[in-house]
Amino acid sequence: MNILRMLRDKPWLHPTAAATAAQYAGPDHAAAMRVLLRFILAIVGVLFFLFIITFLARSQYPDFEALAGQPWQPFTDPSRLWFNTALLACASLAIQWGLGGTRAGKLNVTVAGISAAVFFTVLFLAAQFDLWLRLQSMGFFMAGNPANSYFYLLTAIHGLHLIGGLVVLSNVVFRVWYDNSPESLTAPLQLCTTYWHFLLGVWLVLFALLTSRPETINALAAMCGF
Amino acid sequence: MQNVAIADQPDHLHDPQTFVTKYIYSQDHKVIAIQYGLTAVFVGVVALVLSGLMRLQLGFPDTFDFIDPSAYLQFVTMHGMIMVIYLLTALLLGGFGNYMIPLMIGARDMVFPFMNMLSFWAYLLSVIVLLASFFVPGGPTGAGWTLYPPQAILDGTPGYDWGIILMLASLAIFIIAFTMGGLNYVTTVLQARTHGMTLMRMPLTIWGIFTATVLGLLAFPALLVSAIMMMLDKTLGTSFFMPALVSLGENLDYSGGSPVLFQHLFWFFGHPEVYIVALPAFGMVSDVLATHARKNIFGYRMMVWAIVGIGVLSFFVWAHHMYVSGMDPAFGFFFATTTLIIAVPTAIKVYNWILTLYRGNIHLTVPMLFAIGFIFTFTHGGLTGLFLGNVTIDLPLSDTYFVVAHFHMVMGVSPIMVLFAAIYHWYPLLTGKMFNERLGKLHFWFTFLGTYAIYLPMHYLGFLGVPRRYFAMGSTDFIPESAQSLNASITISALIVGLSQLIFLYNVFWSIRNGRPAGHNPWGATSLEWQTPDVPPRHGNWGPELPRVYRWAYDYSVPGAEHDFIPQNHPVSAAEQTSGEHGEHKS
Repeated sequence: MNILRMLRDKPWLHPTAAATAAQYAGPDHAAAMRVLLRFILAIVGVLFFLFIITFLARSQYPDFEALAGQPWQPFTDPSRLWFNTALLACASLAIQWGLGGTRAGKLNVTVAGISAAVFFTVLFLAAQFDLWLRLQSMGFFMAGNPANSYFYLLTAIHGLHLIGGLVVLSNVVFRVWYDNSPESLTAPLQLCTTYWHFLLGVWLVLFALLTSRPETINALAAMCGF
Repeated sequence: MQNVAIADQPDHLHDPQTFVTKYIYSQDHKVIAIQYGLTAVFVGVVALVLSGLMRLQLGFPDTFDFIDPSAYLQFVTMHGMIMVIYLLTALLLGGFGNYMIPLMIGARDMVFPFMNMLSFWAYLLSVIVLLASFFVPGGPTGAGWTLYPPQAILDGTPGYDWGIILMLASLAIFIIAFTMGGLNYVTTVLQARTHGMTLMRMPLTIWGIFTATVLGLLAFPALLVSAIMMMLDKTLGTSFFMPALVSLGENLDYSGGSPVLFQHLFWFFGHPEVYIVALPAFGMVSDVLATHARKNIFGYRMMVWAIVGIGVLSFFVWAHHMYVSGMDPAFGFFFATTTLIIAVPTAIKVYNWILTLYRGNIHLTVPMLFAIGFIFTFTHGGLTGLFLGNVTIDLPLSDTYFVVAHFHMVMGVSPIMVLFAAIYHWYPLLTGKMFNERLGKLHFWFTFLGTYAIYLPMHYLGFLGVPRRYFAMGSTDFIPESAQSLNASITISALIVGLSQLIFLYNVFWSIRNGRPAGHNPWGATSLEWQTPDVPPRHGNWGPELPRVYRWAYDYSVPGAEHDFIPQNHPVSAAEQTSGEHGEHKS
């Protein structure tokens, strides 16, 4: 392992002689951005991981009523959530398509892909908001039950991360107009694409968790020792 | 993205000229560092004044009418929160992290300067929101710095309304600020090191700051999660943490929540936070000791491993803060064991500092005095940690002054001693002037001896069973009258130490104008930050060409060398090569 070899290094032993190699020009910008994204994904991952852990711990208190399992509960039939999931998956596919376009140097595919990604993402957010309204009209309010609270909280936090992604993406998109050089777009768009896929993955985990029946949640909580 | 431009091209070298670009809209890491530093010192002084007020009440009860029980609890809370988060974390990482990382690794700036600037302004906003809570109805929260629910948001706790909301909002903003800064620090260390600067050639300061930042990036989300959920409990009536309860004769709408869940989240952040503060201090004190003892740091590799090891272990000890909350004895055993294991890498570090001093050419300069003072205070604070890490000893001592004395020695006084050492050590670089040596020594002796005058007797009060957080002791059988005179003497010492910090502030500001010019590298240090073409370093740090690194950061007193230090950017000389295998003299 590279890092282990690095940590075994004895830096006091071998000072180097004056080198003749070319002057070091400064950090590699694209590499720095990749490292940045890895750290961001790690932090967002930890954030959702902690929320999920508290969800499992809280689910073991007697007043917790899961949102699925009984006929009167909203996600016993999660078809509405499958629809929203499809929207977000379309956004992921579209941004991947746009990225393929930039790599091939096709500006029209890039624009179409990014536009579709933004469209589907905004549609997903609107659909999630509509879901909130529907839950409210069914009497599942934020403070009614911890399961409801977690549904609103986790979808809101996930939505905020998507909105953050849209802000960054819009910043990336304006490059196309400023530079008009699709090559300069490839690296940042690659990072955006990874972020979108990551948030789709997070959403799938949340989806599975929030629509789980009580037995599933109890089994998961038991595995975590709660 | 224009916000991620790296100032590495020669056309970025010209300095910003106007007041706004130079000091307000500045993306220069050195300016941002000083902005962070001044803001942190400002809130730190506020927190220091609060501690003075607390001590006045404890030392001389029934004397000051304006300190009622509510005000006392508010002082305690704000003092703790400001000192831990807004002073220590911000000054060590936002201040020193920003200043030192690019200079010590040979970069022109952070890799994301715009995000770095945003980080400072978000931090300033969090400070303003925090201080605003002094001026809202009900005042700041008095829930204790741990903000435990349910009491933190219930009627009866001072500041249960506006105060706690502003506190939680301020913490959330601070976490965003820290995350933006922290992402910069880790990315810069990993990506922007200059030619020849391998990770194992980095000064320990950078290792400490780097590891602490990784801890912060992974631990602060826990505080954010708990802050968000408590905020919802307070404002929207959810029951994440709030159990069913009766308050002032009324049934509240909460039901079923778990206060202990908050404690787990809080301490999952809270314990790594101790090391977020301690690790940069460990790193900086290593560099100060090596420089002023004219000797390479003893066991560099072991020091790096210890820093990383402490960082990893710090995520597995959090529940030792919760022994009295009740837990399965097996968990208690687990957390007591991990807590004691963490003493091993920590002890390695202490031994290595002492062995660095052994047969060194010790110069008792002001930074060196503070660094040696740190070894004392940290050892004493660490030893009492061995008591408190054990469940059976912690239970009787919990919530007494023993705990207060322990954590003030280990994570209050000790990092502050290092901060003073670091400020005095790098002052010539920051300002280009020398501080007044005599005033610095006066400041050291007041601070160091005063610390012991405050905290040694406090251990004793703790053994007597004097409880912490109490506004007044009342009449109790087990606390003798003499405890009160001890309390009064602690208060007098604390006021003297507090006032003696004015010597420091006076020295810092007086010397900017009146100090004698420091010139290049007055301490004869090897690390890169002292090798800049200008002192203080200008925008872009290195002039037209980035430095090249040929050796590690601790080549002090190398046999056969012309001076007793060889800077990192000096290649191997002919004399060194003829004096045989370089490492033989030192390994």
